[in-house]
Amino acid sequence: MRARVLVRPKAGILDPQGQAVERALPALGFDGVSNVHVGRLIELDVDDPERLPEMCERLLTNPLIEDYTIEQ
Amino acid sequence: MKFGIVRFPGSCDDIDALQAASRVGEAVLLWHADHDLQGVDAVIVPGGFSYGDYLRAGAIARFAPVMSEVEEFAREGGLVLGICNGFQVLCEAGLLPGALLPNVSLKFVFRQVELEVVRGAGPFTGGCEAGERLSIPVKHTTGRYYAPDVELDRLEAAGQVLLRYVPGHNPNGSLRDIAGVCSEPRNVFGLMPHPEHAVDPLSGSADGLRIFESMRSHVEQHVLA
Repeated sequence: MRARVLVRPKAGILDPQGQAVERALPALGFDGVSNVHVGRLIELDVDDPERLPEMCERLLTNPLIEDYTIEQ
Repeated sequence: MKFGIVRFPGSCDDIDALQAASRVGEAVLLWHADHDLQGVDAVIVPGGFSYGDYLRAGAIARFAPVMSEVEEFAREGGLVLGICNGFQVLCEAGLLPGALLPNVSLKFVFRQVELEVVRGAGPFTGGCEAGERLSIPVKHTTGRYYAPDVELDRLEAAGQVLLRYVPGHNPNGSLRDIAGVCSEPRNVFGLMPHPEHAVDPLSGSADGLRIFESMRSHVEQHVLA
């Protein structure tokens, strides 16, 4: 089964990548953009999707600094 | 006193760490794929880009075969020093609290920084005085120390913060200027600055030797005695 794991920086942790993108957009004329955060997308084929949360907790994310959602 | 320096694919400061440790004792390299610590008295997880730092810095290296031995060694009270990438690996492995995030500047920083010894006691800074300054270089892109506020309060209260960047020298946005923290039992220590690059006046400072000398004194007094 194809699955996607979306990884985001945890709310409240300073996200300089998001800030850099947020500053760059108005410079190109894209006004009205706020709350930009940059995360990561991991796509994978898995035989047993029930094991995805454990994969996320142990390797795909660092739960101290990142949140994730699994899409199947 | 025998140091073991772990070599992962992508390690690049392993030889400097080996040379630095050799100035205060015997030192050998430990191959990442071996399950053998060769009877060392202390382990150093060196800087570099272990396993390419893919996914997150240190995330994959923590599952290297040798790391299960390092974790067991640490659980039994053995001294483990993580420098830069080694610090990231030890945090990912859960041997140290917190995590390292990309520098606030998003840039690679490479400069000499002034550090303040917060705690001049224990296996890694026992040879220093609290309040003393050490001049040691940093070189990294992912060195912003992070832990939740309550955890930072706990670490400070427990005396686990051993080194701080002197005001104006924080190169990465680390919370509370933290440059190095140790585990609760104090036998595992991680820091972003590179003491192994500061062991000879020829390179600008020999202050880094103090860390290795502290480790040797500790092992000679508490382990080999």
